[in-house]
Amino acid sequence: MHAGARLLVVGLVAVSAAAAPALTQETPKQGGMFTYMIPADAPPSLDGHRETTYATVHTAAPFYSTLIRINPENPSSTTDFVCDLCTTMPQPSDDGKTYTFRIRNHVKFHDGSPLTAADVAASWNAIIHPPETTTSARESYYIMVDKVEAPDQSTVVFHLKFPTGAFLPALADPYAWIYKREILDKDPRWYEKNVMGSGPFKFAGYEIGQSIKGVRNPDYYHQGLPRLDGFTGIYADKQAVRVEAIRADRAAMEFRGLPPSARDQLVNELGDKLAVQESDWNCGNLVTPNHKKKPFDDVRVRRALLLAVDQWHGAPALAKIANVHTVGGIVFPGSPLAATKEELQQIAGFWPDIEKSRAEAKRLLKEAGVEGLSFELLNRNVDQPYKYVGTWLVDEWSKIGLHATQRVVPTGPWFEAMRSGNFDVVLEANCEGVVNPLMDTQKYLPRSVYTENYGMYDDQPEIDLYQRMLHEPDPAKQRALMREFEKRVVDSEAHEFPMLWWYRIIPYRSYVKGWKISPSHYLNQDLATVWLDK
Amino acid sequence: MYRYIIKRLLLVIPTLLGAAALVFLLMRLIPGDICVVRLGSGGGTFDERAVQACHAQLGLNHPIFLQFVDFVWGFFRGDFGISMWSGKPVLTEIAARFPVSLEIAIMAVVVANVIAIPLGTISALKQNSPIDFVIRVISIAGLATPSFWLGILFILAILDISQAAFGAPWMPPIDYVPIWQDPLRNLSMVIFPALTVGYRTSAVTMRMTRSAMLEVLREDYIRTARAKGLVEHIIINRHALKNALLPVVTLIGIEAAFLIGGLVVTEQVFNLNGIGRLFVQSVQNQDYTMTQALVMLVVAAFVLTNTVVDLLYAWLDPRIRYG
Repeated sequence: MHAGARLLVVGLVAVSAAAAPALTQETPKQGGMFTYMIPADAPPSLDGHRETTYATVHTAAPFYSTLIRINPENPSSTTDFVCDLCTTMPQPSDDGKTYTFRIRNHVKFHDGSPLTAADVAASWNAIIHPPETTTSARESYYIMVDKVEAPDQSTVVFHLKFPTGAFLPALADPYAWIYKREILDKDPRWYEKNVMGSGPFKFAGYEIGQSIKGVRNPDYYHQGLPRLDGFTGIYADKQAVRVEAIRADRAAMEFRGLPPSARDQLVNELGDKLAVQESDWNCGNLVTPNHKKKPFDDVRVRRALLLAVDQWHGAPALAKIANVHTVGGIVFPGSPLAATKEELQQIAGFWPDIEKSRAEAKRLLKEAGVEGLSFELLNRNVDQPYKYVGTWLVDEWSKIGLHATQRVVPTGPWFEAMRSGNFDVVLEANCEGVVNPLMDTQKYLPRSVYTENYGMYDDQPEIDLYQRMLHEPDPAKQRALMREFEKRVVDSEAHEFPMLWWYRIIPYRSYVKGWKISPSHYLNQDLATVWLDK
Repeated sequence: MYRYIIKRLLLVIPTLLGAAALVFLLMRLIPGDICVVRLGSGGGTFDERAVQACHAQLGLNHPIFLQFVDFVWGFFRGDFGISMWSGKPVLTEIAARFPVSLEIAIMAVVVANVIAIPLGTISALKQNSPIDFVIRVISIAGLATPSFWLGILFILAILDISQAAFGAPWMPPIDYVPIWQDPLRNLSMVIFPALTVGYRTSAVTMRMTRSAMLEVLREDYIRTARAKGLVEHIIINRHALKNALLPVVTLIGIEAAFLIGGLVVTEQVFNLNGIGRLFVQSVQNQDYTMTQALVMLVVAAFVLTNTVVDLLYAWLDPRIRYG
């Protein structure tokens, strides 16, 4: 084994061993100031209901409460939801169409006023039915919700249009912060520029593009939390700055994820002063051919693109240099609704025999009369992992005689090209928070249903299949429908194809304890359980 | 003299108007839409209604001409509007970043001149000697080395040296504190970017000082001064250097104006929350109002420094008179 690699293995084993007891056995210490990096320049606003970027969550989540959330002690689970502001997770009534939540007593906003069910209902109504003057980024997650009511001071009732397993995961959305009704009534956009919540930390200062600061909320309703006296989040867009900051202990960690090379560098330099947590990430790239552009209106050509790519061998090689790791279908690999490896290998693009797959791709191209086709792959000017995956795809396609060139553009022109249909094939991504396959796979629905689909196709049978799946209460039948949906989208119609799931790598100073990795950089960010062993 | 200054200041108006029209049009030629970037870049979903609502909120649904008139009128009233990205007043955002860039720019200019003028002069005085060769190598290396790369090397060197010396790596602070709050912390943060940028700037100035000095040293009045027995340091300092500084001052002015908004990568390398970084963000985010204001700021800085440089000419060279 190469010396560097050996050192890395030793380092990782050491840090895993060091980290494990910290997460399970050690007695948490109170106090201390925690400094972490936020890998962005600054969020566009501080309003979680409005924004989609992690920069908003990493900035302001510690100031807010949510109704329910993914279990902070078990955030890697895709099904373990627990109460934050409610007292117990409810059982649905009315054939699964009504959920009644009891709200904790004596919860206070940071201004000292009491938080009641009316605040919870008002916040949820702002998310689900936003007033005309505002936008709600995740309105489409709540298509099943009819209305939200607060019949008394401590009860919130969600009435659904139809029962669905997508509801509870959607409700655990990490952006669904509870705001004060009085403020929302006066100015629905107040929270864009101001902070006032009921979370573990109180707002202490914000310097645009520089830092965000919070101090311990002594009135926090979870016993013994938060453990820190306060925190400072420092914005740094450049990865090198963040890595150097962790190395020099200017900051203890960052929460989005660093590439393998940065992890290896830090492990080599810091040894047992560093811990690493890693996880599959509920984000994945996908390849979308433009059905309106010839020859990609021909399913044979689209299937050939898919069949040319060897994901099984590509994944481990790419994982050494990029934030990708796992081969999977359209559902996050850790979810009960995800395809098993055997199921996946039945789908075009995932066949175990790549030679057979490429032979079929060549046959399809010949049949379609487009052998040696030249086309453009539109890609986003983001290193990790877009440019790595894009370059790899160009090489894979060359193996069946296709000549793809990459057009790498900044985010604005990338969106513009996709929305206007000015591309042949695009490499895009689907990045979600709470694992909620029924909502996450909306991305694959035609644009007439899901506005952020750029394949420029329509497919009514696919939409019907999705609706059946969404309304199906039986998990086994739902899973079978998901397989059918996946087969149609990826294989038989080859509308779009998933192209490796991302991998989240969090190296951090080993004195940071109490934080557990989840499959999303949006989750488990309120810092309440974090403590410092120094 | 005063007429000249007033004339120069009046010329600023069409210059700014031209720059305003150019940046306004160029920004709108870039494909993309700030509303789409903002609503969708984090993975959220949005429909056309949300995009239209966002356009209306930002005034992007008005005709282009009306938007331009609004922008120019606002500019002359000192109102740059609201950042389309953050929703905060543009001037507030710039004011938060300006001190950082200004401090680095001033320090870099000081560093550059402290290095460049003496070395450039020595290089000219010792032309083709080993000292001259060494100085020329230093200056050419400075020209060939991008300051951001030098910045990265600086940080890595500091980390490695501190680790070797003290057992724990150290790097400059990454969160800015104004100099009046904590001078030591402030200086430890800005000194390294000032050195890296200053070295690059000094290289250009050093070359210019050397060539200007070589030219002046061959002038008749220098020969005359020597012939009448004037002491060498008076010849150099009072007669040669002062005249040789004319083109050097022009260069320093241009470099100083550039440093206000041009430290894009250096600010990122040292995590400085300055104007350069804001510039990049606003272009990436297609924040029209912010980019327009920043371009106007840089144009204004250039115009101002050029005017100051022109006025300095008269002091440096008594033959120059403004009518």
